[in-house]
Amino acid sequence: MPTIHYICPDGTRRDVEAAAGLSVMEAAVKQGVPGLIAECGGAAACATCHVYVDEKFAAAVGEADDIEAEMLDDAMAERRPTSRLACQIEIGDALDGMEIEIAAVQ
Amino acid sequence: MSSGLLVVGGGQAAVQVACSLRESGWQSPITIVGEEVALPYQRPPLSKAFLAGKADADSLALRSDDYFAREGIEVVRGARVTQVTAPGADGTAPGVAVTSGGRAFEFAHLALTVGASPRRLSLSGSDLLGISYLRDLSDAETLKRDLAVAKSVVVIGGGFIGLEAAAVARARGLHVTVLEAADRLIGRVVAPVVSEFYREAHERRGTKVRLGASVVGFEGREGRVTAVELADGTTVPADLVVVGIGVVPRLALAEQLGLECDNGIVVDEYARTSHPAVVAAGDCTTTSHPFAGGARVRLESVQNAVDQAKCAAATIAGRAEPYTSVPWFWSDQDTLKLQIAGLSSGFDTALVRGRPEEEKFSVLYYRDGQLLAVDAVNSPRDYMAVRRALAAGRTIDPERVTDMSTALTPV
Repeated sequence: MPTIHYICPDGTRRDVEAAAGLSVMEAAVKQGVPGLIAECGGAAACATCHVYVDEKFAAAVGEADDIEAEMLDDAMAERRPTSRLACQIEIGDALDGMEIEIAAVQ
Repeated sequence: MSSGLLVVGGGQAAVQVACSLRESGWQSPITIVGEEVALPYQRPPLSKAFLAGKADADSLALRSDDYFAREGIEVVRGARVTQVTAPGADGTAPGVAVTSGGRAFEFAHLALTVGASPRRLSLSGSDLLGISYLRDLSDAETLKRDLAVAKSVVVIGGGFIGLEAAAVARARGLHVTVLEAADRLIGRVVAPVVSEFYREAHERRGTKVRLGASVVGFEGREGRVTAVELADGTTVPADLVVVGIGVVPRLALAEQLGLECDNGIVVDEYARTSHPAVVAAGDCTTTSHPFAGGARVRLESVQNAVDQAKCAAATIAGRAEPYTSVPWFWSDQDTLKLQIAGLSSGFDTALVRGRPEEEKFSVLYYRDGQLLAVDAVNSPRDYMAVRRALAAGRTIDPERVTDMSTALTPV
């Protein structure tokens, strides 16, 4: 199973082995990784799973669609080129080893 | 476990109470007792992604089995608490809850997160097969199977659940009719302009919407529904009926405990009930809400379940963290993403920003010039702006709302 390395707002690191097909948000929340709120549960409706993705994986992760991009523009934490909503990134083998930095405020 | 917490009800609020307590370092035993067999899961997708086949039961789980094990949270599934006694006032006798199967749980703290049940029809023929409700995972699994073989679907109730189910059925190419007793859709929540938008949007997609349609009974053959009968004497053919006419809070245990109830378990801003050992959170509660001008409201939403549960956890841990969160809601219907922030009831002005005919617009609600809420359709930027303004106690200049050349800016 692919492993995702989460960097939590307090600086701690959590490695999660995740089944392919789950989202980067789901894999973290199901294991109680702190920092992601994910209130809407993955509907791209709340912008509380804001993360910064590893630049090395940018191509594999892909780009935000229009709705997600609008949410990110107004998210609580700084919008960076690597900003994504974790619920919109599906885990697959191509993401094995990816670092995900969880935005400090959601 | 008499020093511990018993959480009755196994939904979103239950999990949040338990997780928040563990995150804050609370170490006493925690037991969640829920009626359903599945691990605690997210309910909102049942009428959306799950019904449409875009999410499976595993992906709905709120936490994994190993999370609960690691955190020392016992989750008892498929067990219904039917009897409950509060702890003695002197702190010597623990509270006790007993399930229908006779299993007893002692507790020092009780959290009621029992949720609500779908309001049921009691009409001639309403026990026919093919008439379904949508509240839990097993309802959704049944409905999903029925949708796979249905041809004509009638949805009774033009609220969120009904319209979401209608959108899924129509996207499958089925004949879909929505029957709403009132004169507009989602009338309890949105302004007439938004109701009218949703009527047109569903009709554009080929769904029939009948307003002022009062259902009086059902016709069936061999025990299965074949048509819905209306008060005007007409019938609508149906091989599947979905009823979404609201929910009723589950109050039986609260009433056994003698808790104050008023269409919900009455709680304060710390999620405290009228009994000092009992907190409550989620759809089963009603509270004087800061975003309703202090009026008592019962909110049915994930946001309310989560935020109230956090307050409940703080109360159990001996901290006082008042409920101050901005209410928010969402509804996905086909390509329409509705996001609501705030509570619009009591508004005197509703301003439309953007173009409903292009299915991208928002409505900002005001009372006495003060911003109350937004309904944003495919307009997340407007939703985020209003949510942030409300959270910061700010407003948005109503003069600027309809000017699409400028972004909404809190002042």
